[in-house]
Amino acid sequence: MLRYLLSKLLTFVPTFLGVTLVSFAFIRVLPGDPIIVMAGERGLTEERYAELQAQFGFDRPLYVQFWDYLTGVLQGDLGESFVTKKPVWDEFFSLFPATLELSIVAIILATALGIPAGVIAAMYRGKFFDRALMSSALVGYSMPIFWWALLLIIVFSGNLGWTPVSGRIDLLYFFPDVTGFMLIDSLLSGQKGAFASAVSHLVLPSIVLATIPLAVIARQTRSAMLEVLSEDYIRTARAKGLAPVRVNGLHALRNAMIPVVTVIGLSVGMLLAGAILTETIFSWPGIGKWMLDSIFRRDYPVVQGGLLLVAGFVMVVNLIVDLLYGLINPKIRKR
Amino acid sequence: MPLLQIRNLTVEFATASGPFRAVDRVDVTVDEGDVLAIVGESGSGKSVAMLAAMGLLPWTAAITADEMSFDGRDIRSLTPRDRRTVIGKDMAMIFQEPMSSLNPCFTVGFQIKEALKKHLGLSRRERHERAVELLDLVGIPDPATRLSAFPHQLSGGMSQRVMIAMALSCNPRLLIADEPTTALDVTIQAQILDLLARLQQETGMALILITHDMGVVAETAQRVQVQYAGQKVEEQPVRPLFDAPHHPYTAALLAALPERATERRLPTIPGVVPGQYDRPAGCLFSPRCAFADDLCRSTEPPVQDAGLGLARCHYPIPSPAKEAV
Repeated sequence: MLRYLLSKLLTFVPTFLGVTLVSFAFIRVLPGDPIIVMAGERGLTEERYAELQAQFGFDRPLYVQFWDYLTGVLQGDLGESFVTKKPVWDEFFSLFPATLELSIVAIILATALGIPAGVIAAMYRGKFFDRALMSSALVGYSMPIFWWALLLIIVFSGNLGWTPVSGRIDLLYFFPDVTGFMLIDSLLSGQKGAFASAVSHLVLPSIVLATIPLAVIARQTRSAMLEVLSEDYIRTARAKGLAPVRVNGLHALRNAMIPVVTVIGLSVGMLLAGAILTETIFSWPGIGKWMLDSIFRRDYPVVQGGLLLVAGFVMVVNLIVDLLYGLINPKIRKR
Repeated sequence: MPLLQIRNLTVEFATASGPFRAVDRVDVTVDEGDVLAIVGESGSGKSVAMLAAMGLLPWTAAITADEMSFDGRDIRSLTPRDRRTVIGKDMAMIFQEPMSSLNPCFTVGFQIKEALKKHLGLSRRERHERAVELLDLVGIPDPATRLSAFPHQLSGGMSQRVMIAMALSCNPRLLIADEPTTALDVTIQAQILDLLARLQQETGMALILITHDMGVVAETAQRVQVQYAGQKVEEQPVRPLFDAPHHPYTAALLAALPERATERRLPTIPGVVPGQYDRPAGCLFSPRCAFADDLCRSTEPPVQDAGLGLARCHYPIPSPAKEAV
């Protein structure tokens, strides 16, 4: 087990280097110059420009810049934002809980609805239920996220006035950050209505963010279930006289979980990508909005560091998924 | 009153290219404590008929029968819920591939105790004791530890023993064994058959043994029913069947047994069982039959009387005794 974990961690090294290189190159390939962006409309003189270039180290060859960056990263130094002058590391971790909270709620929503939907669709294969569920899943999967978000805002925030349009909580409430998770902090604060406000702010963004993973999970669950349902051991379970709920929900689903868990793990990556759009629309103060703003500002250290940390997070999630396989199916268990 | 009585059972599968008749007007009768062997080549509808009785066929199967009763109760008229109280309890089944018939995600103990909980409502402790007792009964050494084993840790023979233990858990009155030894090594085959025969005698349950091995039939069965291309072509008690087969197909099957061979080269039956597209008119066995004539190829044969083994044949082979008269 420990050896397996170590060998898995070893594969992180090339991925990590690759992400560092790609994120470093990506932001520099984009047209635009951070110094010009910082100068804004006033512009600046040739001398001042050269001076700033030297200050940020842009006058040196790219490989030297990359080497500097890489050695910094390995020492845990992701650099400082050009704009706020704060360490990227600190900024990331002050904003990440908001994204994490949104993503966790979204993935729970997607899993809690997607798996039963897939199981039901597989049980009623080819019948009305199956068709209805799978076509909705297809619609959900192909829907442009920004349009879907705007539609929900117009209906539920605009017309019906049920949910707030943006932010994480009403301005009325103020309490200290304990965990960074608004749902938990609002409960801890003990202020009346704070938790309800946090929940109502979370509803629309998490629905929007959950839509695509929900569709993917439902479709994956259905196809995995269909495969498993034709297995001999399902016939055995039915031959025991077990109820369909138990046959499908326990005997079949447990076996169908491997591909589903894989998809859930992969959705985490998609979720963080989707978070950028969702957070921007709902003014959710998470890393998505922060990254997007940084790209526009050509804030190199933030974009590089942010991408790296997100990639690291996704890698860890997928490692956990790998470890889950053994829990689900003992045949795959590593010794 | 027979324990299981099936009359005129027909099973058709809806396929993309039209209906396929897997079982064609088959009768099966089993009395309490009876051992019936159903014999036939692959594709002769042996398993499908029994799966229909268990209610385990997929929804693409259309089942029709004049009668289908277990212990005097019409099993077709039962609600699915009521039917599930019979299946796995009074009527149990084991399958051809023991390795894939056990769920890889759950321990052996879990899978055995599940049925005990469902049908007998035993307490946790009673379930455990019964499960140990069952594994011991089917000859698994160190049963208490084996309960926590996962199926992939067992050999094929062990898996089949576990399947048998599972099927016997609620003391069924009828056990259907669908080619229980096909996937096993020859030495293990004999052990499993001995085990089944012993358990049948000890418990007095009825046993339906589906097989394509005439050798197995001779050792275990009391009565034999021969199926071909979905039809029952002959039925006799085991001794008379081996001594005087009436249907040419039965005769050909018996002639193909190595221990009965009279020549150096083992006789075979040319051709294969007809499939969905090449079902002949008249007698289904006529293309492969040494005795077939134009009548066989054009007209469906009648079912002869019991003295001629209910053979579905125009020209049943008469008994040697009758020949002497």
